[in-house]
Amino acid sequence: MTPILQVEHLHKAFGGVIANRDVSLRVPEGKIVGLIGPNGSGKTTLFNSIVGLYPIDDGSVRFQGREISRLRVPKIARLGLLRTFQQTRIYGGMDCMQNMEISTAHARPTLRGMFGDVPAAVSERAEELLQFVGLYAKRHLRAGDLSFGQQKLLEFAMALMNEPKLLLLDEPTAGINPTLIKGLVDRLRRANEEMGISLLIIEHNMGVIMDLAEYLYCLAHGELLAEGKPEAIRDDQRVIDAYLGAH
Amino acid sequence: MSPRVRTVSYLVFLALALAAPYLVPAIRTQMSFLWIMIIFALTWDILGGQMGYNSFGNVLFFGVGMYTCALVQHHAGLGYYPGLFVGMAAGAAMAVAFAAVLGWGILGLRGHYFAIGTLGLGIAAAEFAGGWDYLGAGSGMVTPLYPGVVGARETFFYYLSFAVAVATFITLRRIYRGRFRLAINAIRDDEDKAEAMGLHTTLYKTVAWGISAFFLGLIGPVAGNLIGFIDPRDVAFASSSYGVWMLLMAILGGKGTLWGPVIGAVVFHITQELFWTYLLGWQRVALGLLIMLIVVFFPMGIMGWVRERWPERFGQRVDEGTK
Repeated sequence: MTPILQVEHLHKAFGGVIANRDVSLRVPEGKIVGLIGPNGSGKTTLFNSIVGLYPIDDGSVRFQGREISRLRVPKIARLGLLRTFQQTRIYGGMDCMQNMEISTAHARPTLRGMFGDVPAAVSERAEELLQFVGLYAKRHLRAGDLSFGQQKLLEFAMALMNEPKLLLLDEPTAGINPTLIKGLVDRLRRANEEMGISLLIIEHNMGVIMDLAEYLYCLAHGELLAEGKPEAIRDDQRVIDAYLGAH
Repeated sequence: MSPRVRTVSYLVFLALALAAPYLVPAIRTQMSFLWIMIIFALTWDILGGQMGYNSFGNVLFFGVGMYTCALVQHHAGLGYYPGLFVGMAAGAAMAVAFAAVLGWGILGLRGHYFAIGTLGLGIAAAEFAGGWDYLGAGSGMVTPLYPGVVGARETFFYYLSFAVAVATFITLRRIYRGRFRLAINAIRDDEDKAEAMGLHTTLYKTVAWGISAFFLGLIGPVAGNLIGFIDPRDVAFASSSYGVWMLLMAILGGKGTLWGPVIGAVVFHITQELFWTYLLGWQRVALGLLIMLIVVFFPMGIMGWVRERWPERFGQRVDEGTK
């Protein structure tokens, strides 16, 4: 079976700085895959290259078998490949419901789709998902007034609203308190199992990612350092060295 | 406000506006300009307030509509009224065409770059029109004489500008209720995020500017015929007066709200008329001071201030309970 995402020999440099060198990875359909590595190892650059924000220098990115490395960000998003941001991004001036209602999957808008009201089914779904992440009570508050952790949850709910096939999450637990993290991990797993969304997750919290992911890739200095099952990665001396600065 | 109170207040307002030319006939022209100012502020706010694109070039559409209509009136060989109405339609269409073409290039600029990019539009258009003989070059164009009796002209243009203002308001009220507003608000709050979510940002931005251009292109002809003389720099493409007032009025009233620009335009226009009447010779200085006061003390505008003060009146509240 073709993996839902297949990156092959991806190369990306900014002037003389090589951010990604010959990176290959794959996300099988319906699975949760983790991407780890020390700060500055090129994880977020890789995300940006995959979703079309950065034009890649060489290599290929295939989503559901289709080459997407030359497509622009919104186009890729509409195919069902979505990402969340490390610096959480929500629409701060709008309330949570509005944030959700404008996050549906976007087909080419018709006149009616552009100027019509928000369909009742969409509002219904928005409420369900806000309930799912625990923000239902705050649904009429301005998203910009929420705490950082709540904004992360909102961003996650917005992504689910879009019904992606593959979701790239950039440090979903960063800045969230330990109690909330447990709930978030549980929700990530449910999104994967119940909604059938494949996940590729950048994460620094080893406990979380070892627990969630079935397969891990580790980047260091822009190159793929190791890959394998979580247990194998945990015991890999090269990975330990990279994190401790020996590499 | 309950729906009934709202309907009644709309009706009272409508009756007053319709009766105004007969109640205070001496200031019909000033009142016509009040409606024009309201259209300025409302159309500016579509981009500036709701979408976060501060345009200094919207006056371009106003002037384009004005000139287009005048050309139709002079050259199409229609009677006065058909010529005017066909001219208004042509003016609006031409303004939308300009918005579509310019939007393609300029709406790709973000933030300050967009503001600076649009700053040149009105100025360039004024220079262009001022040098083109077909448009009368620097000496401008004179609109056809109104055929009615003395005094009927002012009343006619009062109702015409009022009609365009009401049409603008109702249209915006409608589109701000649905998905369109959510989309352009999303672009305002975080355009990169909107793109990452797959929103058709370019389409929404261009359509938003087109709507703005449409109503400016429709009111430009009315203003041109009301003034009776189209000067390229001081009437049609008056960047330093109309072009700046547009955003001032919207900011004063409260960007990003429906009523804010209306309130801002009323306050601004009345203040301005008072300055001209009672501070003649100093009116520009007073206006400059007013602008500074607005920016310093009302950065959020009147409606913005009200909203910060009483957020729950605008539906922002914690709603406990589960679904």
